[in-house]
Amino acid sequence: MSDKNKTSDDALNFKATELRLGLPGSESPERVDQRFLTLKNLCPVSGAKRVFSNAINGSNKWVFSPGSTTDVNSGSVPVKDHKPGVSVKEKKSSAAAPASKAQVVGWPPIRSFRKNTMASSQSQKQGGNTNPETEEKAKSGPETCLYVKVSMEGAPYLRKIDLKTYKSYVELSSALEKMFSCFTIGPFGSHRRCGRDGLNESRLTNLLSGSVYVVTYEDKDSDWMLVGDVPWEMFICSCKKLRIMKSS
Amino acid sequence: MNYFPDEVIEHVFDFVTSHRDRNSISLVCKSWFKIERYSRQNVFIGNCYATSPERLLRRFPCFKSLTLKGKPHFADFNLVPHGWGGFVQPWIEALARSRVGLEELRLKRMVVTDESLELLSRSFVNFKSLVLVSCEGFSTDGLASIAANCRHLQDLDLQENDIDDHRGQWLSCFPETSTTLVTLNFACLEGETNLVALERLVARSPNLRSLKLNRTVPLEALARLMACAPQIVELGVGSYEDEQDSESCLRLQAAIRKCTSLRSLSGFLEAAPHCLSAFQPVCHNLTSLNLSYAAEINGSHLIRLIEHCKKLQRLWILDSIGDKGLEVVASTCKELQELRVFPTDLHGGGNAAVTEDGLVAISAGCPKLHSILYFCQQMTNEALITVAKNCPNFIRFRLCILEPHKPDHVTSQPLDEGFGAIVQACKNLKRLSVSGLLTDQVFLYIGMFATQLEMLSIAFAGDTDKGMLYVLNGCKKMRKLEIRDSPFGDAALLADVNKYETMRSLWMSSCEVTLGGCKRLAQKAPWLNVEIINENDNNRMEEENGYEGRQKVDKLYLYRTVVGTRVDAPPFVWIL
Repeated sequence: MSDKNKTSDDALNFKATELRLGLPGSESPERVDQRFLTLKNLCPVSGAKRVFSNAINGSNKWVFSPGSTTDVNSGSVPVKDHKPGVSVKEKKSSAAAPASKAQVVGWPPIRSFRKNTMASSQSQKQGGNTNPETEEKAKSGPETCLYVKVSMEGAPYLRKIDLKTYKSYVELSSALEKMFSCFTIGPFGSHRRCGRDGLNESRLTNLLSGSVYVVTYEDKDSDWMLVGDVPWEMFICSCKKLRIMKSS
Repeated sequence: MNYFPDEVIEHVFDFVTSHRDRNSISLVCKSWFKIERYSRQNVFIGNCYATSPERLLRRFPCFKSLTLKGKPHFADFNLVPHGWGGFVQPWIEALARSRVGLEELRLKRMVVTDESLELLSRSFVNFKSLVLVSCEGFSTDGLASIAANCRHLQDLDLQENDIDDHRGQWLSCFPETSTTLVTLNFACLEGETNLVALERLVARSPNLRSLKLNRTVPLEALARLMACAPQIVELGVGSYEDEQDSESCLRLQAAIRKCTSLRSLSGFLEAAPHCLSAFQPVCHNLTSLNLSYAAEINGSHLIRLIEHCKKLQRLWILDSIGDKGLEVVASTCKELQELRVFPTDLHGGGNAAVTEDGLVAISAGCPKLHSILYFCQQMTNEALITVAKNCPNFIRFRLCILEPHKPDHVTSQPLDEGFGAIVQACKNLKRLSVSGLLTDQVFLYIGMFATQLEMLSIAFAGDTDKGMLYVLNGCKKMRKLEIRDSPFGDAALLADVNKYETMRSLWMSSCEVTLGGCKRLAQKAPWLNVEIINENDNNRMEEENGYEGRQKVDKLYLYRTVVGTRVDAPPFVWIL
């Protein structure tokens, strides 16, 4: 972690984690780091709330934090813009060996309780360990799993996802949207947001049930936090549960 | 027909406790059926959807203990979506309405709610024992109801459940008058508990034999608890993070020396490496040791402890023990019956901690070994053949090679011959899990030799339908068959529909079965529930023109049932 820290202070974007006063959602533009933003061709919302959005043209991605969606790959934090590898349950070929070992659902066959217990004791090892050797191993070694529950307000059942299979908020948002998109299809509703791109807005309003969603998570102190504030690595170490809520 | 009065026969039946034997007894004649059903104390239902609470109560009006299992085994590995089923509420409601004097409830992979626990705690005056394994859906509030209302509670045993911890005062809900506790296991809870309440509870429970703490119980509390309960037989250590020679540590060592009945150690969920040495005084009596969560204890510390555990019968360990460590186990633990070696590195990228050599060493050194679960990164046919020769007594043999399709790492051949040797030598084999590169040949061997096999788990194996057919045709005692990511399809599924009446269930995911095949099966076998689980919303199993029959089914779960289609299935489950 130490090496990484030295060269990528920027990447952690301390400015973004700086405490400031202000109404929720009223982020000043320079506060939001472009690199933690989402996607290439979408962000109808300006300066405002984090939304759960959907676009009809198939690039089904949704936004965690506002701001322009300029090239997100400029920063030293690599943001992968493709479909997350996690939803392997969708189209796995049964005959071929899995492309990436880390991505196969339910393999190796170890109970999630055990996986999570090992994961949390190992991430604690990463955090507090002073022995450089074991620290090195912990960093580059076992990719344990971190299953967290994801609930959505109004949805009849919850889901579980493995946070370790994502590398960024982009991938996470994409996966969550896929999982819960069926619940967002609803009647045309009035929108409070002003879209930058009128075309996008109409597509959005067609698919959303008229409300705006925010994604929150429960951290280790059992507080409910808004997703996207802290760097990804910090987020997965402290996230215990996710909840997609209607913001109003 | 009967030469003795019913009471005498009933008394004889009292000596028959296994539910299978009692099932057999009840088939002898009508008279025995009647006597048996009124005297059955313990009822076991392996699949909660195979029957209903009403039928249970009609047949066994006088039972005291109920064991229920809900979700299929692969739910443990997140293959069954949340909300699939396995709700205990209807069962508890029905039992509460009846006059059954329930004393014990044992649930596995079921959905339990706080409401269920509250109802349970209020409905049965003599309720004594609650055992929940891999359940979910409840919180510590439910535990509070149990603690508060069950006046005669003896066992509260929570194993690897997913519990919403409200960090409340559930432990304080045990009334001061409650002194009957025998088992208290809350190792799976994540939050802090009221340590004062815990200590008082332990101090006033002279019958306490089994105490398993969670990770938030610190070392100093452990020392005090053990001092209050020197009669303890099973101990689950929570957190053990103190300095080596701290006062708490010394107090703990003193307390441990007084625990002369201690036979089982587990936990160590947060453990500093040196902590094991405090337990050395009790090692020579230990019969069960579970260090499989102690990720921070390295191999040499483990070995130093195990060297003294000559009476060990059950050992659960991480692969950080290494082959060398397993050799120590093999030379020390001559009474060993069950071994489980879990991986620390889940994706096979790191050091090969245990290999086929460790497995061979164990098989050579431990003559009483009958159950093994072994995670490793490599295996050879030669090793498996040797293991089979050394250990023909296996009842359970589960080998998990972490990388799917991995062949014999020396010869690059499939591992068919190795597993073939195992099933041929182990005539009493009841449970088998296979892994690595495997062709249809291994299933030919299994069908031919594994005559007692009851449960088989297959992943990433086989070539054609023939593989599955060998198993279905050959293994007459098969009860549970679970298959994932293997190329078995409709031909195998439909070959012998009546076979499924002799089995509890079949699971097939990411195989080659199609919707059309499943529909045909459901038509032929109305006494089966054929469930298609399809959580991918974009892939709805809709009637598309002409392609419907050929659509591949992602997850198939079928099971025999006497009560037809269940009514509590969520929208993503389609019961044909």
